[in-house]
Amino acid sequence: MSFFRIFDTAGSAMSAQSVRLNTTASNLANADSVASTPEAAYRAKEPVFAAIQRGLGKGAESAGVRVVSIGESQQPIGSRFEPGNPLANDDGYVFTPNVNPVDELVNMISASRAYQNDVEVMNSARQLMLKTLELGK
Amino acid sequence: MTAPTDLFGIHTQALALWQRRAEVLSANLANADTPNYQARDIDFRAALGAADAGGSLPLAAPTQGQIDTSSPNSAQALKYRVPMQPSLDGNTVDAETEQAAFAENSVRYQASLTFINAQIRQLRTAITGG
Repeated sequence: MSFFRIFDTAGSAMSAQSVRLNTTASNLANADSVASTPEAAYRAKEPVFAAIQRGLGKGAESAGVRVVSIGESQQPIGSRFEPGNPLANDDGYVFTPNVNPVDELVNMISASRAYQNDVEVMNSARQLMLKTLELGK
Repeated sequence: MTAPTDLFGIHTQALALWQRRAEVLSANLANADTPNYQARDIDFRAALGAADAGGSLPLAAPTQGQIDTSSPNSAQALKYRVPMQPSLDGNTVDAETEQAAFAENSVRYQASLTFINAQIRQLRTAITGG
């Protein structure tokens, strides 16, 4: 019964979106974590999505989505003059993460909307399945 | 006496197609944020026409979880959506369009179910004599 496949598809999307929400949470939580060197500074993390393919050639179609990798933002790391900070380097600078809170909030809204869509799809499929089971009663 | 498959007319085949379409649309919604993903949909007229003419439904009968690519109908009926607002990352899923199509598809599925249910009731009445 192919309605079961809808559960797999929507489920894969829900887990992918929750990974996205998780990275957003991690980025926002670390938005103010400073470091003594640019290398040690926190870089914003971003999941990379890819479609799961089923079948080959012209008949190929998607059966969901998966997170291929979690990449790091290539935006430059910022620095701030804070000689009193215990983490400051010899010149008195601390290095700030390249997290952009606006980007993160937009990502958060987009992920939660997509998640809601997938929940809705799953609910509809469930209802249709139950109705089919009641056929002839 | 009609063959058992003819009892419910085209509705059994339609039901399988609506189910198949729900699957395709759910894949579109799942990939709403996947770069380079192109939204797809089933050409219902072509698919049902093929089902009606052939008497079988190749699209709805994937073998071992795979689409039968050897049959011409499966590839022909599954088409790419023309994007209204293509995005920079190559994704052509419009969540609103897909949601609307999914809702419409659910109603149509239920309509087919209702037809089959009515047919069953009719048969039962004929068997029991009311």
